[in-house]
Amino acid sequence: MIKINRLNWKIGGEAGYGILSAGEIFAYACLHGGLETFAYLEYPSLIRGGHNTYQVWVREDNVQSHSSHIDLLVALNKETIEKHLHELVPDGGLIYDENDNTLREYACATRQKNCFAVPMADLAKQAGGQKVIRNMVAVGSSFGLINYPYNYLFDLIARFFEKKGSKIIELNQLAAKAGYDYVNHKYSSQFEYKLKVRRINNPKILINGNEAIALGAIKAGMKFYAAYPMTPATSILHYLVAQERNYNLVVKQTEDEIAAINMIVGASFAGVRSMTATSGGGFSLMTEALGLSGMTECGTVVVIAQRPGPATGLPTWTEQGDLRFALHAGQGDFPRVVLAPGDPEECYELTFLAHNIADKYQLPVIILTDKYLAEARQTVPLFNQDSLRIDRGELADTNRLAVDARFVRYAVTMSGVSSRSLPGQAGGIFTANSDEHDDTGLANEEAKVRTIQLEKRMKKIQSLRAYIKEPIKLYGLEGADITLVGWGSTKGPILEAIKALTGEGKQVNFLQVRCFEPFPVKEVDSVLRQAKQRILIENNYSGQLGGLIREKTGIDIAEKILKYDGRPINPEEIINYVNG
Amino acid sequence: MSTGKDFETGQFPTWCPGCGDFGIWTALKNAFVEQGLAPYQICVVFGIGCSGNMASFLNVYGFHGLHGRSIPVATAIKLANHKLPVVAVGGDGDGYGIGLGHLIHAMRRNVDITYVVHNNQIYGLTKGQTSPTTEHGVVTKSTPFGAIEMPINPIALAIDTGATYVARGFSGNVKQLTELIIGAMKHKGFALIDVMQPCITFNHLNTFHWFYQRIYELDKEGHNPVDKAKAWARAMEWPTQLSVDENRIDKIFTGLFYQEYRATYESQLPQLQNQALVEQSIDDINIQPLLEKLA
Repeated sequence: MIKINRLNWKIGGEAGYGILSAGEIFAYACLHGGLETFAYLEYPSLIRGGHNTYQVWVREDNVQSHSSHIDLLVALNKETIEKHLHELVPDGGLIYDENDNTLREYACATRQKNCFAVPMADLAKQAGGQKVIRNMVAVGSSFGLINYPYNYLFDLIARFFEKKGSKIIELNQLAAKAGYDYVNHKYSSQFEYKLKVRRINNPKILINGNEAIALGAIKAGMKFYAAYPMTPATSILHYLVAQERNYNLVVKQTEDEIAAINMIVGASFAGVRSMTATSGGGFSLMTEALGLSGMTECGTVVVIAQRPGPATGLPTWTEQGDLRFALHAGQGDFPRVVLAPGDPEECYELTFLAHNIADKYQLPVIILTDKYLAEARQTVPLFNQDSLRIDRGELADTNRLAVDARFVRYAVTMSGVSSRSLPGQAGGIFTANSDEHDDTGLANEEAKVRTIQLEKRMKKIQSLRAYIKEPIKLYGLEGADITLVGWGSTKGPILEAIKALTGEGKQVNFLQVRCFEPFPVKEVDSVLRQAKQRILIENNYSGQLGGLIREKTGIDIAEKILKYDGRPINPEEIINYVNG
Repeated sequence: MSTGKDFETGQFPTWCPGCGDFGIWTALKNAFVEQGLAPYQICVVFGIGCSGNMASFLNVYGFHGLHGRSIPVATAIKLANHKLPVVAVGGDGDGYGIGLGHLIHAMRRNVDITYVVHNNQIYGLTKGQTSPTTEHGVVTKSTPFGAIEMPINPIALAIDTGATYVARGFSGNVKQLTELIIGAMKHKGFALIDVMQPCITFNHLNTFHWFYQRIYELDKEGHNPVDKAKAWARAMEWPTQLSVDENRIDKIFTGLFYQEYRATYESQLPQLQNQALVEQSIDDINIQPLLEKLA
């Protein structure tokens, strides 16, 4: 039976084989033909060798995660078959390079039906290129097998290799075409999965979480970004620095994460919206200055793209193990906001919101993502720009300031938020002080002053509660039989699982917690008290959200799906759990 | 026109009577007054230590940060508003110990800030432990059998690492220190002023008297600060020795060792040519072209 527009494609090979570009070109070619995709890359922490895979799930409806069921597997090395053949569905296909002897012998030994041998290295050579452009032969072969028009691939190769010049573009196009024609003639009638171009009216983009965060920051008027490279946060640095001159940003790679966060506190003090991004290890170095941001009331935005810890951990894999760390990092009590987007659109919106909160409420705002969300690409509608409004909070009016007196920067107010002046502003002199201070910022150790200022700062948490409009989201019907509970990047796999379970006639809904501080106690409590069966789903060992929910609401979620092997939860694991 | 008094917050310094920090406080105020600056036109970033406590005595836009982290904060303030004069103040523990990593990178970066280091060769606020500039063999609370490590030579380090204005002052010579601070603030680039500042409570070796016996002013010796080799040679004349000999008399030079005219970090950012970052409007930024690239 022919299956149209539902294909999960995966290509695998050594690092250095061009797996990433093959995958991205495949995914964008599908996007341009009006199809929706979810594109997910796995790679080890090295530059050459090792084993890389890129998976693209293609459908007509919105695809929100990867899947453990592969329909078409493309092997450029033996490991791809070794590690992933078991993921292939019974009528799935395997394309491999028959010029690689080890690979050929291994592929034949599997006795897999729908096994499509392609002389990739020969075809690359005939096209006039080196072995390295086998990746384009492989992408061409894939599209030839599923009868997807070649012209999308042709155009995309031109776009991807634009900087490398026309010769390289042509070479890659020839290689892709050779693979396309070879497989299309020889094998396409034997494979039931096909992709067909659709006409769509609304333009869409294919974007990952890191890019969405960078876009949200640029849109929010962030002008200063300082960071130290750390996987999986690094691509935010790359994205922003490329736009430095187009959008008048200062993007600084620093000597370490301590410098990065101290710098963004300094830029904020000077009146500029600022941000840093790192992973857990870098955030460990940032904790002292996170408190500085809280103490001096200089608002900052800190992105933590989580990876499995502790220590160096698994640098290129995913986990949600830093929720408690983000909530408690730093000595002493100080107010902070912790937000957790679950997909690229939320990365964009919550980053914009984070900058407004940081400015208006003058405190650090943490955005928690992870490798899976940071780097996986998803098809989404063009981001909304119209409804987003910059909110800078209370800035002191120079005309109303007394020039000769110190400015009462830390005036005690109902909301805990005080009006601020910017360095250079006449009449606005104050001291931003990491020592406890009086209301003009001068160091003060009096018991009364300490109490007043600490309470003033902490009051901000209550004041800003209403500013965060959707601290939770509920997907699916209220009163469903089963309530899944999660946060961050597990959103996609959970929603995919719910689609499948609903198709089987089950009633399942999903409580997504998007804000951990201030914790939406009432909202979470009310959903969970009504729930008939609750299942906690987290990418960590200790069920950190579960613990937090119990701490705040008294509700203990007994059933848990916890995964901490560095791999994202896939929809099938959730479906299997629910189906017992 | 501002006076020295305008630069005082009204809180009287909590330093020990006779502390070298008073001289630096005075020199900073003098330097600001002589440049015709009003308190609101200056930003000073302080580290942690006796020196950093000046944050509550000096009336300017102040930022009293974390121990060792004044330089990154000052750097970012300058990049956010490069029209603002930015001075950083710290001590030898703050700048040459815990914060040394930042200092080295700031010097090669050449951001236009002035860094004044109160160098008393001891940890004062924590009550008398060894510092990165404590002489070899000196007994402190944390080196009861004498300091084993060799001290850092801040002047030589700064010349080597790329600071473009390198000077040593002495808190017992406020006039010279004032001139050095003015020179540093007028200089376009990273300026380090290492100020010998006797700690009268915990450092009984490097006292005012000890310095008066040894100090020579560079400009009186005909030193030309653009001569890097000479600057280096004079920086190396610090009486570093493998055992403390109170009777040995070496020359300690004060004044401007080295000055170089090199483009500042911020002058090489075209995005800052028209406006400071803080002056840029952030309303209605259009990201449509970026979205189209992802389509």
